[in-house]
This record gives sequence, C-alpha cells and structure tokens, in this order.
Amino acid sequence: MMRVFVEGVGIAGPGLPGWTPSRSILAGGEAYRPGPTMVAASELLPAAERRRAPLAVKLALAAGEEAFRNAGRDAASTATVFASSSSDGDTLHHICETLASAERDVSPTRFHNSVHNAAAGYWSIATRCRKPSTSLGCYDASFAAGLLEAAVQASGGVPVCLISYDQPYPEPLHSARPIAASFGAALVLAPESGKAAFAALEIEFLPSPGRATAMTDAGLEAARRGNAAARALPLLAALAEKGSRNVILDYLPGAHLRIAASSC
Amino acid sequence: MQPLLISHFSIVNSLGGGAESVLLGLREKRSGLTPCDFDTAAVDTYIGRVPGLEDAPVRSDLADFDCRNNRLVQRCLGQDGFEERVAEARDRYGAGRIGVFLGTSTSGIHTTELAYRRRNPQTGALPADYHYAETQNAFSLGEFVRRYSGLNGPAFVVSSACSSTAKVFGNAARMIAGGVCDAAVVGGADSLCLTTLYGFHSLELTSRGPCRPYDVERDGISVGEGAGFALIERTDRVVSGATLLLGVGESSDAYHMSTPHPEGLGARLAMQQALESAGLGPSDIDYVNLHGTATKTNDASEDRAVVEVFGRNTPCSSTKGSTGHLLGAAGITEAIISILAIRNDFMPGSANTREVDPALKCRYLLDAREAEVRRVLTNSFGFGGSNCSLILGRGE
Repeated sequence: MMRVFVEGVGIAGPGLPGWTPSRSILAGGEAYRPGPTMVAASELLPAAERRRAPLAVKLALAAGEEAFRNAGRDAASTATVFASSSSDGDTLHHICETLASAERDVSPTRFHNSVHNAAAGYWSIATRCRKPSTSLGCYDASFAAGLLEAAVQASGGVPVCLISYDQPYPEPLHSARPIAASFGAALVLAPESGKAAFAALEIEFLPSPGRATAMTDAGLEAARRGNAAARALPLLAALAEKGSRNVILDYLPGAHLRIAASSC
Repeated sequence: MQPLLISHFSIVNSLGGGAESVLLGLREKRSGLTPCDFDTAAVDTYIGRVPGLEDAPVRSDLADFDCRNNRLVQRCLGQDGFEERVAEARDRYGAGRIGVFLGTSTSGIHTTELAYRRRNPQTGALPADYHYAETQNAFSLGEFVRRYSGLNGPAFVVSSACSSTAKVFGNAARMIAGGVCDAAVVGGADSLCLTTLYGFHSLELTSRGPCRPYDVERDGISVGEGAGFALIERTDRVVSGATLLLGVGESSDAYHMSTPHPEGLGARLAMQQALESAGLGPSDIDYVNLHGTATKTNDASEDRAVVEVFGRNTPCSSTKGSTGHLLGAAGITEAIISILAIRNDFMPGSANTREVDPALKCRYLLDAREAEVRRVLTNSFGFGGSNCSLILGRGE
C-alpha cells in the first residue's frame, strides 16, 4: 500500500471547465450539465510550438497547468507521468489517410506529433522542465496505470504530476474505437503532507477483479464510461468532497486499484 | 537504487534470432540491413527486416491480436527459452506478483495503414475484420504478452518514441521498490510500417545506404524492426557473475520535438542520473553503447554529452549499423547487447562505419574488441526530448 498527498487538481472535461467550478458539481452540491470541453491554447508554449500543438496536447497542458496553479508548485522542477489511451487521434487519422493516397507525403510536423509522448515533449518545452517523464498507455485503464506509476514515484520520495487525457478519433476510427467528449485530468502528488496538501491517498494494487466505483449522476457516469481519462472522475469526486471515501478503479482484466482518500 | 537481477532475456532483429546468433553477428561485425522492400514503400533507403513474419500468425487463441508487431513479439517470446523461464517465475512468485512493463512507438499501426486502403468506398468505414484494441492501440502489446504468458501483475505500455524500452527498466525498478510486484517482464517491440519510413523520410532523416553511425559521411538512420524481453527480479543477495541492472537515469530535453539539444544537455543529465542512481563514477564504466542513430545532429549532440561525462578514453560504439534503428525497441535491444558484452568480455564494433567523423571526440570503436567488461552504460534518446540511460553490470 502506498501513501501520497494531493496538492493540486486540474480538470478539462465536458461541462467541467476547471477544478474550482467543477468541485461543487462533483461533490453533488450543484447539478451537472454536459457541455463542450473548453480548452485554451497554453500561454507557456513558444509561438512556433503553440502553432503546431494539436488538440490532444492542448488538453493535456490545460489540465496540467491548472493542477500546478492550484498546488503552487514549480512545474520546471517536477517529474511528470502522461497517461493516455490513444494520445493524438487526429494525427493518426491524417497520417493513415495520406499513406493510403497516391502521394504519401506525410508532413514532418504531423509525424513528430504522432508520437504517444508528444504531450510530454510540448510540456517540457512549455515549462522548461528537464525532469524525468513517463508517457504510458493502458487502453481504458490508462488513468489507473498512470496513477499507479505516479504513486510509486511519489511514495518513493519524488513529487510528480500525473496528466491523463484522451480525445475522440475522427471517423472512420471513431466507429472502431468510440471515445466520448475530450477529457483531461491532472493531479500533483507529493511524498509528504506539505502546506498545499489537501488530501491523502492510500493506493493499493490488487490482482483480483473489482467493481469500479460509478458516478451517481447519469451524465457524469456516461462521461466516465466514454473516455479513458474520465475514469478519473470517481477519484476526483472523492477529492471534491470533504471527509474519507473509498474508490475502486478498474485496471486490467483481473486486477483493480483500491484507493482510500481522506481530507487533510 | 537497489541492484536488480536480470535473470533471462530474449532478442530478435534483422541481425539474428536469439542471443547466440546476435552475438555472432556482432563479433563478425555483420549488418542485417538490406534495400527497402517493405510493403509498397517507395523510399530510397535501407531497412532492418526480420524474415518470415508474413507466414507466422500469432497463437490461434489470441487471433484478434494478429499483426506484424505481435508476430514479432511472439517470435521473441519463443526465443532463448524465454517463455519457459517466465512460466517458472510465474509458478514461483504467482501470476499477480509479476509486472509487465513494455514499450513500443508504433505498436500495430501497419494494420491500420492497411485497413485505410480497404475502406468501404460508400461509407468510408474500416473493414469489419479490423481489431483496433488488439492491434493499433499501444496497450495491444501489453495485453498480448499478459495473455500469452498468463501474468496478472501491474502492467502498462510506455510509448516515448525511441527511449520507450529503456525507460521500462525504470518503471519496473520503481514498481519492485514500491512492493507492487516482485519481478517484471520488460522490453517490447517495434515493427516496420509506412508511418515511420515516410515520416523519417519527410524529416530527411533516412539514410540512402545502410546507416553509418559516427561516420564523417553519415546521412541518417536505417529503420529496423525487432523485439527484446528481459525478466528482472528482486534480489537480496547478489551472486557473483549474475547480470544486474545497476542504474537508471531519465531526463527531458525541454528543447525541440524532433531535434536533440545541440549541446546534448538532456543526454548528459540522463547519463549523470544513471551514474548517481548506481552509486558509480564515470571511470567505473568500461564501455558505452551509444544511441548513435547516424543522423548528423543526433551523433554530434550525443558525442558532446558523452565526452563531457566520460572524457575521451572510455570505449564507445553504436550497434545500429548492424541492426538499424529499432526505434521503440532500441532500448531493450541495446540493453541486451550490453549484457552480451558483459557476459562475453567483448565490446562491439560499428558495422558500416568507414571513417569516424574527426569532429566527434569520444573514443569510438570501429572494430570489436576482446576486453574485460564489468559495467556498461547504454543510451536511448527519443522524439519529444525523452532521454534514458541504463547501467548494466556483473555481480562481484
């Protein structure tokens, strides 16, 4: 079992424009109304990178930047974990379409944006962060896998920011892999209970099937089921409420994460 | 970090299938690179192709996972007695105590490329036999290996371009240190596809002939395919002669998406971190296996960093003239080559390199050399400025 402390949260989801306005919705104090996911371009990126950054990258950066603002921690000196099922779906579609055509002239910018770690690359440029960064994927369990990696880092003594994000594919890939509205979520985790820490998480990997905690609101539950990054919602809801909550996150077939969240 | 035991490994690439054949190829300074004949690619370059994958589908109970990348994975798991050793470890530790941390850059993307050529002319839909989750998705590789090997420990796939399968050693080390698992299968695969051939060509980074690392006339990479796996285990007592993971260093360039930092700043940080995590100094390293992709800028930037950390006396070479650049699989491939160097007291030379660029200052080995090799540092650097250095060694 690992114990880590939450210093900051970021969220960019459908009808969830940031942690502060979303907090009372997630805690059940205010009704949830689905709406488009609002994502502004990062002010931190140099002009050339801001022009080239695709939506998936903007989504990751928006969630990450908000989490650091809330934590009051320096992004330049903090390690990161980026978790995404499919990273930049638009770029994959355009490359495959180009390769199926007669010309096959793949754009160099599209090619470098096609790597799963594009968001991590742009993030390090935006924040001037040279710390280690892991970019991983685990299909629908990408958030849980990212949380586990972030938890072993933080409980091992290294503050870390987990950024999870996924956007829908365009057709025809959308039919093969339907992903609901774009979603980004970020958590700044620390090994110790500093003054910014507002909750403690005890995280355990269990190699047995578990029943994932669902959202009470039907709209939020649809969002949770529809996007790998939105699988974070039950944990974010537990953080939005005060007190102690237990959360089960789906992980692999035959394995799950058990999390005990408590205010501090 | 606490040293970890590397108890078994397996390797497949264009140089050979299995450790023996790869070792022999390196000793003879052979190259597995051939003119590009992959699919319908019209790119004037050389590639490192693994023969016979077209006729070797994956196990029938995992048929939905069938794609070039998983065929390569299956070929590699069956090599060097690896799957038998994993089964023994599973009996010893329990399936839920063995993690699976694998890397790839493009997973089964070639299946998606082919599916886009078979779209329904009316609706534009992809063919009904296209299995996205089992082929295209990055985690295809992870789920395939989990099911193939019957493992149920923590798992994910790292995809950070050409550093992916070096970084998984760090993920596994952290999971073992955190008590989440006792052992882990690490490694991964990358297979030929049109995306990387045309993509690197668009960046003017593909070599016209077989790639020539550190050569004064080097003109780019030869894209290759390959797979490698290693079983790493917690160890309380280091046995003399055992192969060990001693250190892991990771960093980010924070400079550019596809060009390395010109002074090799991120590369230097990764090497220094690896030394620090191993509790070693530069003089403790007998040989450096370079990333050495053979592009003008990559080799120049890595050379600066290596000379800054190690000076000009530590023997170095890149083995990519033999294997090509295996992209996401480069890290595990070169970690295993480093283990072969340690186990056989041998330093590989550099196939295809004729004349070392006089502007590069590290002590570059053109030819293989027999010498005591106790510890090796191996570098892997990827797009997005993702850097990872590993230190492997022999128990004393």
